[in-house]
Amino acid sequence: MSSQDTPSQKEQPVVKCESVYKIFGENAKKMLQSSNGKVDAKEFQDAGCVVGVNNASFEVYHGEMLVIMGLSGSGKSTLLRCISRLTDTTAGQIFIDGEDLLALSGKELIELRRNKMGMVFQSFALLPHKTVVENIAFPLQVKGNSTKDSMTRAMEMVELVGLAGRENYFPRELSGGQQQRVGIARSLAVEPDIWFLDEPFSALDPLIRKEMQDEFLRLQGVLKKTILFVTHDFDEALRLADRIAIMKDGIIEQLDTPANIVLNPATEYVRKFTQEVPREKVLKIEAVMDPLDSSEELSDLKVSKDAIIETVVEAVLNEKKPVAVVDANNKTVGALHNSKVIHVLFGDNKEETNA
Amino acid sequence: MDYLKKNPKLVQLGFVLIGFVVLILMTGQYSEIIDVRDGFTKAVEKGQIVPVVGFSESVSMILRGQLPPQFVRIPELNFLNPVVSTSIVYILTTLLIMAGLIFNNYYAKIQSSKISLIDWFKKYWTKLFLYAIISIFGGLFVAPTLFTWFFGEPETSSFWDLPIIVTDYANFLMYEWFPIEIYDPDIEEFEDKALIFQITRGISAALLFAIALIREILLGGVKTIVTFTSWDWLSENKWAHWPALPWTVVCATATMLGYALKGRGLAMLAGFGTLYISIFGQWQPSMETLSFVLVAAPVSVILGLFFGVWSYKSKSAEVALAPLLNIAQSMPHFAYLVPVMVFFGIGDQAGAIATIIFATPPMIRLTLLGLKRVSPEVVDAGMMSGCHNYQLMFKVLIPTARRDILIGVNQVIMQCLAMAVIASFIGAKGLGFNLLLALNQLKVGQALELGLCIVIIAVVLDKLSLAWANKQTDYFADLPFIERHKWSLLFVVILLIGIALSYIGTFLFKGGINYLYLIPHTKGITLEPMLQGGIDWFLDYFFFSLQGFNKWLIIDVLLPMRESYLSMPVSATFFLVMGIGYIVGGIRSALIVAWCLLFIALLEWWDRALITAYMASFGVIVSVIIGITVGSLCAQNKTASKVVLLVCDTFQTFPSFVYLIPVMILFGVTDTTVLISVIIYATIPATRYTVEGLNSVPEDLQDAGSMSGVSRIQRWVKIELPLAFPHIMLGVNQTVIFALFMVIIGAFIGTEDLGQYIIKALSDKQGIGNGLLLGLCVACIGLTVDHIIQTWAIKRKQLLGMD
Repeated sequence: MSSQDTPSQKEQPVVKCESVYKIFGENAKKMLQSSNGKVDAKEFQDAGCVVGVNNASFEVYHGEMLVIMGLSGSGKSTLLRCISRLTDTTAGQIFIDGEDLLALSGKELIELRRNKMGMVFQSFALLPHKTVVENIAFPLQVKGNSTKDSMTRAMEMVELVGLAGRENYFPRELSGGQQQRVGIARSLAVEPDIWFLDEPFSALDPLIRKEMQDEFLRLQGVLKKTILFVTHDFDEALRLADRIAIMKDGIIEQLDTPANIVLNPATEYVRKFTQEVPREKVLKIEAVMDPLDSSEELSDLKVSKDAIIETVVEAVLNEKKPVAVVDANNKTVGALHNSKVIHVLFGDNKEETNA
Repeated sequence: MDYLKKNPKLVQLGFVLIGFVVLILMTGQYSEIIDVRDGFTKAVEKGQIVPVVGFSESVSMILRGQLPPQFVRIPELNFLNPVVSTSIVYILTTLLIMAGLIFNNYYAKIQSSKISLIDWFKKYWTKLFLYAIISIFGGLFVAPTLFTWFFGEPETSSFWDLPIIVTDYANFLMYEWFPIEIYDPDIEEFEDKALIFQITRGISAALLFAIALIREILLGGVKTIVTFTSWDWLSENKWAHWPALPWTVVCATATMLGYALKGRGLAMLAGFGTLYISIFGQWQPSMETLSFVLVAAPVSVILGLFFGVWSYKSKSAEVALAPLLNIAQSMPHFAYLVPVMVFFGIGDQAGAIATIIFATPPMIRLTLLGLKRVSPEVVDAGMMSGCHNYQLMFKVLIPTARRDILIGVNQVIMQCLAMAVIASFIGAKGLGFNLLLALNQLKVGQALELGLCIVIIAVVLDKLSLAWANKQTDYFADLPFIERHKWSLLFVVILLIGIALSYIGTFLFKGGINYLYLIPHTKGITLEPMLQGGIDWFLDYFFFSLQGFNKWLIIDVLLPMRESYLSMPVSATFFLVMGIGYIVGGIRSALIVAWCLLFIALLEWWDRALITAYMASFGVIVSVIIGITVGSLCAQNKTASKVVLLVCDTFQTFPSFVYLIPVMILFGVTDTTVLISVIIYATIPATRYTVEGLNSVPEDLQDAGSMSGVSRIQRWVKIELPLAFPHIMLGVNQTVIFALFMVIIGAFIGTEDLGQYIIKALSDKQGIGNGLLLGLCVACIGLTVDHIIQTWAIKRKQLLGMD
């Protein structure tokens, strides 16, 4: 969440996908070649193939969190599995730090996973025969680190995820939330550059989920990993993401910042998600402010451009004059008009309900 | 009519039954001949009837409402002999087929994705082995066979000669095929010996050594020392005698294991069990049996793990193994003995090998099942942690599947003990051997005592291994050395105390017998006179009522049933079984069961197979009625279900042979004895599956039923039974297999079915063909029923959405 700035184009993307296709079925490759890149899900289905991912292209930059959102069967997990190469991609190219992932040999892939990748799973996927600390140390021991080193490192991770004192428990003795903390700690043990999370909080109760999201944001604040996060929960996506990719039937419908998705849904499908979203809870002041007009007289109230609207809206609406918007250095960068705020928060909805 | 329209299967079933009855009625003039065993064959031999009539006469007979003889019993048929030829033409054909297959694969691969020849080879080189097998089979076997059939002068053989042909092939493989030069130390010369012979003798020697080693650890002896030195060396060094473990040590160790694995209850069971064996003087044969199990079980486990992992890794291995496992699991115990005897001789090692072959299939099944049940996410997690294949298998998959695999180990141990008695037919020493001796001398009391010992060993080993399977791993992080190794240390202490005790014993007891070291058979307590007395008393009082029951059963129930089975013309049997197969699983099932039946029908044992079928089906019908009744009653109550499941568990651990003993006391050497043992043995699965099935009906549904106001009976009939029925049918399936096994074992006390011939094959030097084919016949009966019930149950479960 640290920045919503569009990343500079010169920086090399950490993950880069170019027209990735994943189609399940026997003669998927042949069919794909004959279709010239234009994949019609229905046509493929008739031929006994299932389209998982359909022409996905995007880039993820260092320290960015991309949330892949979609309902079940939309191909979001498949896309993630393609990027982690847990499944083979049917066509297209994937680059990790500029390296062609699909060209790696088995050995190189194992090296990449041992050093650069970490993954958290929906149902935790802990090894039932190992204790918390052994589970966390597992990737290190697989790598060939000495027992002492990996145990020390694993204990650090136990501290980090707040499970100190339970390191000798077995997974079966922990609650769901605690088990997922172990999963998170295990995926972070090798200090990966890229962190994959496949619906990590979906199996948890709502309250625990909220708590884990907070915990996750805290961790990301400290670690600043490059993250690919899969979820079916739109609210979760809005809460966590730097950018969101919304998927349907294997196609990425829209890939943008949460604010842009809420304000300008690209397709009807995306609009359905955004309709119910309470905008004041999602949007930041930045999204509704107008550019600074020097002729205007601003009120004394100053709000940060990164503030969520909900937290300041009462004060803003009580002001008669436009409110000054300041950045982190307390420099005025824009003005906030009541009318605009009201329009953004309530305007569109009304039009739609009338229509 | 509407009801029938909605249930086309019922109409089909009606047709099948009507056809079946019509065919039976059409037996006509033959019905008097075939209702005695082998009546048809004998009539043919005497020249009273012709076995085959021509086409036109057949038609006219059918028009007269009379089945032609070849539809009543399949006559002796001839087949064209296959030929194996390695002449240059056929070698060329082989190479051609190989080239064609390779080109076909390569062409298909470059069509879908462009890969170079070298890449293709790297990726698919394993395929070459498969292609080599196919092309050798096609080029050297199929091609010359076809050529001879069409253009040459083919020879024919009778299907009834198949056993002899199989025997000849086995002997050829064993004694002539691929001779190699072996140095024979006895005559100090090189000698030509057949390869297979050498290999089997090597395996035999290795197993024999392992058994002797463990036996001598438990009982003491000199064979292991001799293996490393020589008899001469031994006679020069009289001190070199390996002492036995004092029985106190074994007893205390079993108690300790029980305590460590589960707690006080198991410790007491293990302790008292071993104590009983010791003070009743059965220590020596028991330890012989134990040593036999301790060798056979680990080998089976390792083999099972290997094949299980292999079939998990490779789809083709799984597909290839599946039918083999099916056959292996429906072959009766006895059928393994004959081939093993031919290839591995007689003795402990042969018994061990038969046991291993018998015990490995369930281990393969459970390993595969366990590995498949590992959640795919755990596998992914392993991959993402950067495991290579080896680490993934041994650090992630196998430990995660630990429970299922250990249940497999438990199954293996049980199978080993079940075989312990049967393996003594081919010379395995131990309790089983003594038991057979006792039974042969009609010392029933002694047999009962020995049987009890086997049961005790089985129950103790079963409970110990199950406790091991269910035990969760303990964590040893910061424990001090003593804590961490407390059980090993305790064992050392037990060992030292035991040795000290037996040393003291040498001063304590006079007369050369040290009761703290080993209680010999003659000096143990024995209940034999008491048991024998009790039996005599029982027989004195109840002889007439028992005999009355026995007579009634045989004359009024069994004989008519047997006659009705025998008087089925072969076409009616085929029609009925294939019809049911078609109704349940369509054409495919009908063909599968037809193949199974055809295999039996082509051999000369059709009448024997019918007798086996009649005994098994009588057992199954009674067992299923008892099982479902008892199971349904017990399932109404939680405590009762628990008790009945426990009873089933315990009874299931008893080796099947043991069941014969008490029944034999009551009914002597008759069919009744066999059938009652069959019923006792086969009721176990029927009861267990009924209870399990009824208990697995979801609680919600029960509640929904209660809220709709059903009575107890209604709930049972309308809700529980329909939902549990597929599971109960799986139980019936088990019942059939159990019943078949027991019928075959019953041959030991005299039946006249397939089993009797298997036993005869055991004492026949040329018996391997008979033994194998008879075993396959029994397996075919089992597979037919198994296929129909499984197909039905799976379909039904899918329909109910209970997969």
